[in-house]
Amino acid sequence: MTNRRQFIQASVSGSAILGLGLAGCSKSDDKKSGSAIKAGFVYVSPIGDAGWTYQHDLGRLEMEKSMAGKVTTSFVEKVAEGADAERVIREMASSGNKIVFATSFGYMNYVEKVAKDFPKVVFMHATGYKSGENFGNYNARFYEGRYLTGVIAGKMTKSNILGYVAAFPIPEVLQGINAFTLGARSVNPKVDVRVIWVNSWYDPGKEREAAMTLIAQKADVVTHHTDSTAAVQAAEEKGVYACGYHSDMSKYGAKAHLTATTHHWGAYYTKIAQEVIGGTWKSGTIWGGMKDGFIKLAPINASVPQPVKDQVAKIETDIKAGTFHPFSGSVKDQSGKERLGAGKTMSDEDLGKMDYYVQGVTSKLPKS
Amino acid sequence: MSLELITAICFATVVAGTPLVLVAIGELVCEKAGMLNLGAEGMMSVGAVAAFVIAYWSGSAAFGLCAGILAGALLALIFGLITINLMANQVATGLAVAIFGVGLAAFLGKPFEARVIAATPPLTIPVLSDIPLIGRVLFQQQSLVYLTWVIFGLVVWFLAKSRGGLVLKAVGESPAAAHAVGIAVNRVRYLAVLFGGAMAGLGGGFLSVFYTPMWTEGMIAGKGWIALALVVFATWRPWRVLLGAYLFGGVLISQLFVQSSTLQINVPAQLLSALPYLATIVVLVLISRNAQMIRVNSPASLGKSFRAD
Repeated sequence: MTNRRQFIQASVSGSAILGLGLAGCSKSDDKKSGSAIKAGFVYVSPIGDAGWTYQHDLGRLEMEKSMAGKVTTSFVEKVAEGADAERVIREMASSGNKIVFATSFGYMNYVEKVAKDFPKVVFMHATGYKSGENFGNYNARFYEGRYLTGVIAGKMTKSNILGYVAAFPIPEVLQGINAFTLGARSVNPKVDVRVIWVNSWYDPGKEREAAMTLIAQKADVVTHHTDSTAAVQAAEEKGVYACGYHSDMSKYGAKAHLTATTHHWGAYYTKIAQEVIGGTWKSGTIWGGMKDGFIKLAPINASVPQPVKDQVAKIETDIKAGTFHPFSGSVKDQSGKERLGAGKTMSDEDLGKMDYYVQGVTSKLPKS
Repeated sequence: MSLELITAICFATVVAGTPLVLVAIGELVCEKAGMLNLGAEGMMSVGAVAAFVIAYWSGSAAFGLCAGILAGALLALIFGLITINLMANQVATGLAVAIFGVGLAAFLGKPFEARVIAATPPLTIPVLSDIPLIGRVLFQQQSLVYLTWVIFGLVVWFLAKSRGGLVLKAVGESPAAAHAVGIAVNRVRYLAVLFGGAMAGLGGGFLSVFYTPMWTEGMIAGKGWIALALVVFATWRPWRVLLGAYLFGGVLISQLFVQSSTLQINVPAQLLSALPYLATIVVLVLISRNAQMIRVNSPASLGKSFRAD
């Protein structure tokens, strides 16, 4: 299972039938205000109040606010990455939406199919690799934030063991693990990063078990690439540190939460809406980073000393200015093989194919 | 491997096995009365959501667990009405209860998703908890873990030594004979079904109030089905249910430790994730492969409705 967002697997096939009913619970802010265009959002999980979908919904709300009177939005949450997704996307396109944002990797092929049938509708797909005439795709350089959280973790750890709860061994997740490790090692070469794969994007029980296991093995900073807040809560309970992901998770662990790599889609969604209204929208692929405001660090915990904060701010400025790239040479993988020569920066193509751990990760990468 | 690591693994094993022990022991009692309730997953789900909501509102884990027990029992009551009074097929009804419970819990829990309640501190038992290894593993657990052992002990005693247990088993073996000697078969069956539901609700409550502690849709993640399988593979014997539950928890936790250790084991993570299921079933099948013992232990009237003519 290497879906970008896996539908929370119902334990009985029958409950998927109930799920279909629930997937229909959409909310529409349609006010029929004259010339306003409609934009539809498809979400893979419930919005909740932290996580992947929550951040996309914040983006939707921000766009709605800054484009008041010009755009109205609606969304459907918890749409499984299967045939159901095509039905929802088709429904959105045929009910007058001018833009459809499909916010999960697994929607890609369905978006492609529906886009061909609705040439006048703009389709935007997150985190995929396909695009078309009226079908653009967008993604964020999550690894830039990961590098910075790694720097903080490397400075804050006393045991020199960092824990990482991860979903599936796909390039995006490996970029995060490796950037985190490189960041930590840049300030503390003794650091050792341990990874546990839970084989699910969203399973709070398992995420918690994994975090607890890492903490039991002396990890004193844990982070996660899964959707729930379980790892942060586990860290708070055990009195160790954590770095959140997707959202600022500080309210789930006031003491534990050092910072988080957070996603911000609002400004980009607003821009797309403006372009579509103005008729200037062109299909394409964007991989935005800190420079574009896609990725930000959540406020850093007061327990982090000021010099560390300053150092992080400096690197952040360099990343934004393009003078520093988290994957700059030389980068060696676990076996010591050089993956990137000294003085070079990694190409987007190589990043997109990442299938190894860098030196500093002591766990073994599972075969997939 | 250091002692500390072994302690950590054993400790986590007990925690991971506890909900399974609760649900499976409830199901065992239910099945011993001849009632096959496949709705454990659904009853756990409603138990988990009810326990979480009440614990969230009241701030008390104990109130939450009581609500979980009630919710599980209530769903079991519906199962009882349909299968005992209306004499519907138990398998079909049980599956319906499972599906209904999971869906109902998702619906009711919607406003509470991603809310957080404070973690309940463990209940450390003085003196005993200072024993190395065992002290940490057995005597620094959540209060509900101890309660699980008490419930387990009572059920073992009830089934093996008490008159009530004999009545229960008689109903499960031959409802007609039990009826002939004046036992109110359907009343016994109702009580057994309610107990099963209450335990499933308590198990669900453990997950949402003590373990995670939060409610999210799908958080039961098949534990109800595992508990059902445990009862069958343990051939309806309580001690084997206990063994199976902790074995499952143990393999589950160990594979996480293996993954994050520096051991170089070249196994796909997916296979490691499947290991607890495989290991538990293989072990229980091996120790319980005596066909005659299965026949002796499985309740003869399991899944069959009874009408007093």
